[in-house]
Amino acid sequence: MAWTREDMAARAALELKDGFYVNLGIGIPTLVANHIPAGISVTLQSENGMLGMGPFPYPGEADADLINAGKQTITELPSSSYFSSADSFAMIRGGHIALSILGGMQVAQNGDLANWMVPGKMVKGMGGAMDLVAGVGRVVVVMDHVEKSGAPKLLTRCTLPLTGVGVVDLLITDLGVFEIGPDEGVTLIELAPDVTVEEVKAKTEAAFALAVK
Amino acid sequence: MLRKIRDGAAEALSGLLFDGMTVMSGGFGLCGTPETLIAAIKAAGVRELTVISNNCGIDGASLGLLLEGGQIRKMISSYVGENKLFEQLYLSGTLELEFNPQGTLAERIRAGGAGIPAFFTRTGVGTLVAEGKELRDFDGQTYVMERALTADLAIVKAWKGDAEGNLIYRKTARNFNPMMATAGKVTVAEVEELVEVGALDKDGIHTPGIFVDRIIQGGPYEKRIERVTTRPRPEREAA
Repeated sequence: MAWTREDMAARAALELKDGFYVNLGIGIPTLVANHIPAGISVTLQSENGMLGMGPFPYPGEADADLINAGKQTITELPSSSYFSSADSFAMIRGGHIALSILGGMQVAQNGDLANWMVPGKMVKGMGGAMDLVAGVGRVVVVMDHVEKSGAPKLLTRCTLPLTGVGVVDLLITDLGVFEIGPDEGVTLIELAPDVTVEEVKAKTEAAFALAVK
Repeated sequence: MLRKIRDGAAEALSGLLFDGMTVMSGGFGLCGTPETLIAAIKAAGVRELTVISNNCGIDGASLGLLLEGGQIRKMISSYVGENKLFEQLYLSGTLELEFNPQGTLAERIRAGGAGIPAFFTRTGVGTLVAEGKELRDFDGQTYVMERALTADLAIVKAWKGDAEGNLIYRKTARNFNPMMATAGKVTVAEVEELVEVGALDKDGIHTPGIFVDRIIQGGPYEKRIERVTTRPRPEREAA
């Protein structure tokens, strides 16, 4: 059985290590915060200018001056700090954030990522995604394995405009987990329950090696 | 000493507005946007504006108000979702749009205010963003050159300010405001609370007054929230 959104978020949370500063993107990556393993403490960065993001507020306690990068209301923690967008992207571009978990539209076998633009459709913008994939040491992408149409999203080459070149280190889909390296290419390292290698091959355009644990 | 405090937004902008000008406007979404000054720019009716702001407000609020009157010719932003009028104007070709990665936008403005004409960044190398720009290798990595941004006018919103123009922002409403304050030929600030000189903690001032030319008591503040997101309150605390 393929993984659900929550399963994928829980798997992504296993990439967290104690003491990490982490940036979580919008969508499934946001759910990762609900699955932080016991005994591990991480600091969540919000690129609009906050370290130490707390949970959503209780009803009636939302503060218009306290939002995350998805423009949702959030809360602060005793350890939180606030800063400008320039300082925020100095953290990101300067390599001070250990891990970025974000969504994807397409991933290529060399680690290229496309997740901001579909030509011919209204383009909303890349926000901070290009800075995150260029500046953060380890980039984990979480996405469905195929399009709604069934078309593969793990490709030999991305057909959509890129967000970054050779930037993806780990890909988590509803079917499994893939390591991606500049020289090694794609390696399937985990399968979701009852998912077969044959099914993954049928739904993947990219070539991949097998090292399922 | 030159008087920085002005009596309301219209007076604060008097003599500063002209058709075809470039305006920087602080804020992230609807958070920390100079709503009082934006309303005054709408009322003044200047047109053909180039607006530099991370977003373009939403329908009927913040910079969305300037779209309604057709006052904006070009936006320089990182993200413009949640705005139907923007989409219509853009798709009909009435509105020009330049996308910048958010960190590149922030740094272009910071550089503009700091007298740095350009800088190199890894962000966007190999993507549409780098097309037509100079690339250069440093220590085995390829970087793209990005030019600084300045504006004829920067409008910013702070929490507290004084007659010297010293500003303190609140929580995530800081965002792009501090850099923009440095990058306007003229910078006008609006604050929620105008306090006596000496009342602000001198070690806690985010924008020193040298960057602010005019300051007003803003408001009354609507402070709309784009996405009120909450979690259920536990039925009994510590049950």
